[in-house]
Amino acid sequence: MTALPRLPSPHGRLIDRSQPIGFRFDGRDVTGFAGDSLASALLGGGETTLARSFKYRRPRGVLSLSGFDSNVLVQIGPDPNVCADTLPLTPGLPDIESQNRSGSAARDRGAWIGLLKPFLPVGFYYRSFFRPGNVWPRYERIFRARAGLGRVGVTSVHQAKDKRQLFCDVAVVGGGAAGLAAAMEAARAGGKVCLVEALPRLGGAALYGPEAALEQLRPLIREIEAQPSITVLTGAFAQGLYGDYLLAAEAAECFYKIRVKAVVLASGAHEQPIVFRNNDLPGVMLASAARRLIWLYGVKPGTRAVLVTVNDHGLETALQLSDAGVKIEAVADLRGTRSARHDALAERGAAIHLASAVYEATGPGGYFGGPVASVQLARLDDDGAPTPFGPPVACDLVVMAGGYAPAAGLACHRGARLVYDGTIDGFRVENLAEGVSLTGAANNVFNLATETPEQVNHPFPIIPHPLGNDFVDFDEDLTVKDIKYAIADGFAHGELLKRYSTAGMGPSQGRQSALAVLRIAARENDIAPSEMGTTTARPPLRGESFAHLAGPCFHPHQRTPMHRRHLALGAQMMPAGHWHRPAFYGGPGERESAIAAEAAAVRSAAGLIDVSTLGKIEIFGPDAARFLDAVYVTTHGGQPVGRVRYALRCDGGGSIVDDGVVCRLAPEHFYLTTTTGQATATHRHMLWLKAQWRMDIEISAVTGAYAALNIAGPVSREILGKLATDIDFSSDGFPYMTVRMGTLGGIRVRAIRVGFVGELGFELHVPALYGEALWDRLLEAGQTHGIKPFGVEAQRLLRLEKGHAIIGQDTDGLTTPQEANMAWTLPKKPREFWGRAAVQARAKAKPERLLIGFRLTDASAPVPPECCLIIEDGEIAGRVTSAAASATCGGVIGMAFVSAALAEPGKAFSIKLPAGGFISAQIAPTPFYDPDQERQTL
Amino acid sequence: MKQMTCPLNGLRNIDEFIYGGPLKPIPTADAPAQAWANYTFGEDNAEGRVFEWWLHTPSSFWFIAERDTVSDEVIRTMAFADLQATASVDP
Repeated sequence: MTALPRLPSPHGRLIDRSQPIGFRFDGRDVTGFAGDSLASALLGGGETTLARSFKYRRPRGVLSLSGFDSNVLVQIGPDPNVCADTLPLTPGLPDIESQNRSGSAARDRGAWIGLLKPFLPVGFYYRSFFRPGNVWPRYERIFRARAGLGRVGVTSVHQAKDKRQLFCDVAVVGGGAAGLAAAMEAARAGGKVCLVEALPRLGGAALYGPEAALEQLRPLIREIEAQPSITVLTGAFAQGLYGDYLLAAEAAECFYKIRVKAVVLASGAHEQPIVFRNNDLPGVMLASAARRLIWLYGVKPGTRAVLVTVNDHGLETALQLSDAGVKIEAVADLRGTRSARHDALAERGAAIHLASAVYEATGPGGYFGGPVASVQLARLDDDGAPTPFGPPVACDLVVMAGGYAPAAGLACHRGARLVYDGTIDGFRVENLAEGVSLTGAANNVFNLATETPEQVNHPFPIIPHPLGNDFVDFDEDLTVKDIKYAIADGFAHGELLKRYSTAGMGPSQGRQSALAVLRIAARENDIAPSEMGTTTARPPLRGESFAHLAGPCFHPHQRTPMHRRHLALGAQMMPAGHWHRPAFYGGPGERESAIAAEAAAVRSAAGLIDVSTLGKIEIFGPDAARFLDAVYVTTHGGQPVGRVRYALRCDGGGSIVDDGVVCRLAPEHFYLTTTTGQATATHRHMLWLKAQWRMDIEISAVTGAYAALNIAGPVSREILGKLATDIDFSSDGFPYMTVRMGTLGGIRVRAIRVGFVGELGFELHVPALYGEALWDRLLEAGQTHGIKPFGVEAQRLLRLEKGHAIIGQDTDGLTTPQEANMAWTLPKKPREFWGRAAVQARAKAKPERLLIGFRLTDASAPVPPECCLIIEDGEIAGRVTSAAASATCGGVIGMAFVSAALAEPGKAFSIKLPAGGFISAQIAPTPFYDPDQERQTL
Repeated sequence: MKQMTCPLNGLRNIDEFIYGGPLKPIPTADAPAQAWANYTFGEDNAEGRVFEWWLHTPSSFWFIAERDTVSDEVIRTMAFADLQATASVDP
């Protein structure tokens, strides 16, 4: 294979001949130029067989060169299924490999599968491998290995493309003559316009046509490029039109999200192949592809060509190819009338055959197959039946001009439908959404000077062959017979036919096959094509990369005001939702000892923990107390000022969702906490209830506004006494479950006396900016008393020793207050609260399970992880919700849900470990530690 | 992406909003348990125009949207109080 010289200018409008770029394809060196697409570089480098087909491994080459067919998908390094038509050739590409082959595209050792074609009719898999029921997985493994396209590189580098947001009045999709005119018109009317074009330059189809047409457009292109109210995006492919006019466009380096008020689709039309035997051989291509090759890339697609056409665009293409030095051997025109263009081609030596078509293309034969070498022509009678005539015509290029289908996928994303219009023998777009309009070829207008529809289609450009291989859908290797069989099997309706035959389900989504399938189906069903329904198009138009969809991933992180202090103290941080919390203080290898030392400090002296992640809400107003009573299971209406009460919240289904404490700071002012995870949900729920109950209250979420520290331990009061304060921290002055406001160490503080870890303790809430200062002062004051900062792990152990459940850890989405031993929270006097009806209804039944405390019988047994199953008589009888080794309690303690029958003190049960094996445990009363609550009420 | 008009903050992208379920009257305290069960777990899943709760998350503002569940068109949005003042529905 040697590279052919490129055609001289003005051919090759996109390439820079001074910049050759080398790359490797299937192990061979190929040279292209900057500006080439990968496919044009390969053809320019003398390669013709670029891929193998999906099912029968047939050799394939360029078909449309527009990126809208799936003929040439290649593997580039770790990236599978890259469209060679549109991939810009850049220096430094990794080795490129063709797909669906063993060896190379040109010499595929797996080509034998094509011989089985007669035995693999449509629906073969459905019918052959579903019985017996267990057989499919075994076949699937074999098929998977052979089918599928490229390989996903699992080690490839994570890519993220930026998203760019644009806002404009009108988006015009397509930078051809129609789009340019529309964009300029919209700009002149005062609109902000965005013009989206997939090719790297404006001009549309004129870019791949003779100079004269492009010359006519150049002043308009210059005007648009100079127009400040028009944003031109070239090299950007409009992928989808979504709700409320969001246009998504994919460019090499970013993903555009364009919010518009109206969309003009000047997206052109998809040229259609003509169906004949072996119409898929390399060297058989669409007329537009041949024009793209010569005009955009200067690549001569062949030396001896045969044209098969249904319109004058094909004749024009043949004339342009002839000008570029391609010998036109024969012209087969499905129409019956001779025109001046035919005469011009005849003058150049082409044999003109009217009412004729290609009957069959032939390759070189042999095992591997290969590009087209000759064609057999046939004359069509009045019914379109072919009669072969004459000797085969030797050629290396067959140009097909089979008519067009509007490229109106974006309109279809907003509800438009393609309908078959018998007057133009093709598709027309109907049911356009408001604000979406079509212009140019997308609207079946090809000649902008006249704006009248031009007959570019043929009612039946399909020449079936008794020996088959007359391909209708190139993606899925479907022939005329396959479509007929599917209809014979009963799948006659358009949508069913698509699913059964898989026509239109490949990467090209029926752009080159939908018309042909519909025409064949209509003929088989003996109805007019316009009576056949069309299928639904959904975004995106083409394959999208995850890099474009995902974009850079942003993970919010929330840090407490004391975050830097934790790091300085060597804390191991753990995630808690978006928050970072210290798990324990010490090296990663010191976990067990650090947790034990922190817990010991709290029990014997004092500990300090950052609890800023607690949700914090303030409620003000005359209805505040009434509101809280209506939200929480627990009662707060009669709560005296200065008192703190535990607060439990259920959902409408009567399950526990959140807990915290409610402090009454003033008659009409409450300050309350929620669990870390429910802070947002509780706030939203309250706002929702407030909105419909119309109560006279204000609700403020102040989680981030306050830092919160908990100092706990028998000497905590002495430590607080060393800081200047106007709060009486004495046992009488500040009893358990009360709240005081004042200053501590010069900082305004809300001090709440609570006992989550079961020792004398105070939760100190200060404005967030003072969190570090109070943290420092308390640690400094407590130094001589043996104070230690403690983390989440030690806190979990300490509260477990006290038998305090953590909502969300020891409860699940269905836990009732009864199951969690929290029936005491229910109101003594009947009162309405959220979930009341469900709580009461569920309380009538005896609970099926209960949250209990347990101890492991064997002191040396491992700590069972959360969610270990409890097995009783071979049946699941519960699960562990928390467990930890407690030095204070002298063994492993935990909490678990067990069946009600099992929930009796002293009863033994066994826990199944994840690695297998059982450990035995015994139900124990809670709290494990200080059951008389003496220490926290000191 | 769709957009929605928050009565408080104007036209915003739909990802700033959270759906809060259809608007339905909360049963009274003395309503039978079945009424509460229907309220809590039942959904009309009605076809056509419905009133729904929506939350604009950055501003934590709950409001009512009238939406067509067939065309997915948001017909209008309003504060709950305004709906109560004007609406033909009795929430």
